[in-house]
Amino acid sequence: MLEVTGLSRAFGGLKAVDGVSLTVPEGRIVSLIGPNGAGKTTCFALITGFHRPDEGRVVFRGRDITGWKPHRIAALGMVRTFQIVQPFAGQTVRENIAVGAHMHLRERDAALAKAEEVADAVGLGDRLGVDAADLTVAGRKRLEVARALATDPKLLLLDEVMAGLNPSEIRDVIPVIRAIRDRGVTILLIEHVMQAVMELSEHTWVLNQGRLIAEGPPRDVARDGQVIAAYLGPGMAERLAHA
Amino acid sequence: MTKLLALLAIFAALFCAPLVIGSEFWLNTVLLALYAALLGQAWNILGGYGGQFSFGHALFFGVGAYSVAVLQVELGLSAWLGLVVGGALAAVVAVIVGFLTARYGLRGSYFALVTLAFAEVFRILSNSVSWTGAGEGILIPLDQRLAALQFPDTASAYWALWAITLACFLAVWRLERSRFGARLMAVRDNEDAAAAIGVDAMQVKLGAMALSGLFMGLAGVFYAQKFLYLDPAIAFGPEKSVEALLVPIVGGIGTLFGPLLGAFALHGVAEIARETMGDAPGLNMIVYGTILVCMVLFLPRGLAGLGKHVRRAFRA
Ligand SMILES: Nc1ncnc2c1ncn2[C@@H]1O[C@H](COP(=O)(O)OP(=O)(O)O)[C@@H](O)[C@H]1O
Ligand SMILES: [Mg+2]
Repeated sequence: MLEVTGLSRAFGGLKAVDGVSLTVPEGRIVSLIGPNGAGKTTCFALITGFHRPDEGRVVFRGRDITGWKPHRIAALGMVRTFQIVQPFAGQTVRENIAVGAHMHLRERDAALAKAEEVADAVGLGDRLGVDAADLTVAGRKRLEVARALATDPKLLLLDEVMAGLNPSEIRDVIPVIRAIRDRGVTILLIEHVMQAVMELSEHTWVLNQGRLIAEGPPRDVARDGQVIAAYLGPGMAERLAHA
Repeated sequence: MTKLLALLAIFAALFCAPLVIGSEFWLNTVLLALYAALLGQAWNILGGYGGQFSFGHALFFGVGAYSVAVLQVELGLSAWLGLVVGGALAAVVAVIVGFLTARYGLRGSYFALVTLAFAEVFRILSNSVSWTGAGEGILIPLDQRLAALQFPDTASAYWALWAITLACFLAVWRLERSRFGARLMAVRDNEDAAAAIGVDAMQVKLGAMALSGLFMGLAGVFYAQKFLYLDPAIAFGPEKSVEALLVPIVGGIGTLFGPLLGAFALHGVAEIARETMGDAPGLNMIVYGTILVCMVLFLPRGLAGLGKHVRRAFRA
């Protein structure tokens, strides 16, 4: 479904993303993890056309979309959410989601109806008339997902939709994401909450300082010394190995 | 639906103004307020719904006004053709300005300054080429027939203006419940978020420019046909641009009724100022400037926003 090869991007002297290659198969939930500043969000921005890669290629649904504008990539069926939520403040939850629904629906009434349906699916059904700016953090994260979902994407790129949520909110969101996959949407998620990564994703890539350092099923990856070192520093990895 | 009914009721009442207002002076005052509402709503399409604050809307007004004038005076063509050409040309110029500013990523105050600069360039150009009458201006010969799109009395001018203004307000009513409008407001509120869910920001911005330019151009055509005289300062001067943006800012930016509220409030105040302080030159601008500062400081969402406050206070 998505094939990324040799993706690189530098900001000034800093190589934020350095030769990343990965393949997302259809119908799965897979994930991209790594410590803060590893380049995960930049990866998403490169894949979805918000940044232009210095090198590398992005192929989505058989088409080379490298250098395409974000709105065209979205129209082809790949939609991202933002780690730093970007609601249309001053518009209601319903109106926010309807903008996504309008991708395939011209009529206003149809888009609003679809928005309500999607809001129900992500658990925002009781806040349709609320100003997006007045939502809690958890609500705004859900709104990000809902807006993207309303476009009927083939592939959904979720950037830390669980960051800032409390454990019970996280427990609520996990089945929502699984249900989206069950509707036939492939999901690539960036996540810090390891519990969620373990529970949801079947395959994970680990990014550190712009480079992929490991990949595989999350449980195996979590035992990888290099990965532990990346997260906790090299000393901790050794101590864990001896323990 | 209630919004549409309210809109139609207000315009039905406005339609009757010439029938019930006996005094020529007061009919003229209402006409000027309605005219301001048209300018304000045209600006509101781009500024209020699109979030792009133009300081140079006189540009599109002037293009419309000069089109109808030059077509008649220089080419001897019908004013009705001028109406079509004026509206269309203003829309085209707006799209070109929109393309250039979007192409170079000019937003916020840069966009405002560039639109102002465009209007100034056109003012200077119209001051220097001969076929616009240059600095002396252009005079449309009197021919008060329907075929010449001229108005024998204030009432018929008023009704012509009423029709254009109604069309503009209906367009905005429609905009509020259309896909195009939803996308336009999404781009206004967050361009990246809109792009991520498939909105082509360039396309919707150009659409808003075209619609805004069209109605501004039609306002220009009306002005030319009503007063039968234009000069560069009238057509492209910053005063027109200021009036166009002041009206919705006072009334409520990005709202359907805001420009109407703002226009009548401003003209009410202007009349009172004239009554009490006399007709000193520049007085209007001082009054307008003071109102603008007060609105920005105390009522950033305009009179329409005040209505919301009051309703909320009553409910609480
Ligand atoms: N637009 C930008 N300009 C300059 N540096 C950036 C920009 N975006 C990200 N970076 C830098 O790139 C690195 C990777 O950032 P990011 O992709 O946000 O990491 P992550 O999402 O994994 O936490 C960081 O060092 C960050 O400061
Ligand atoms: Mg990030």
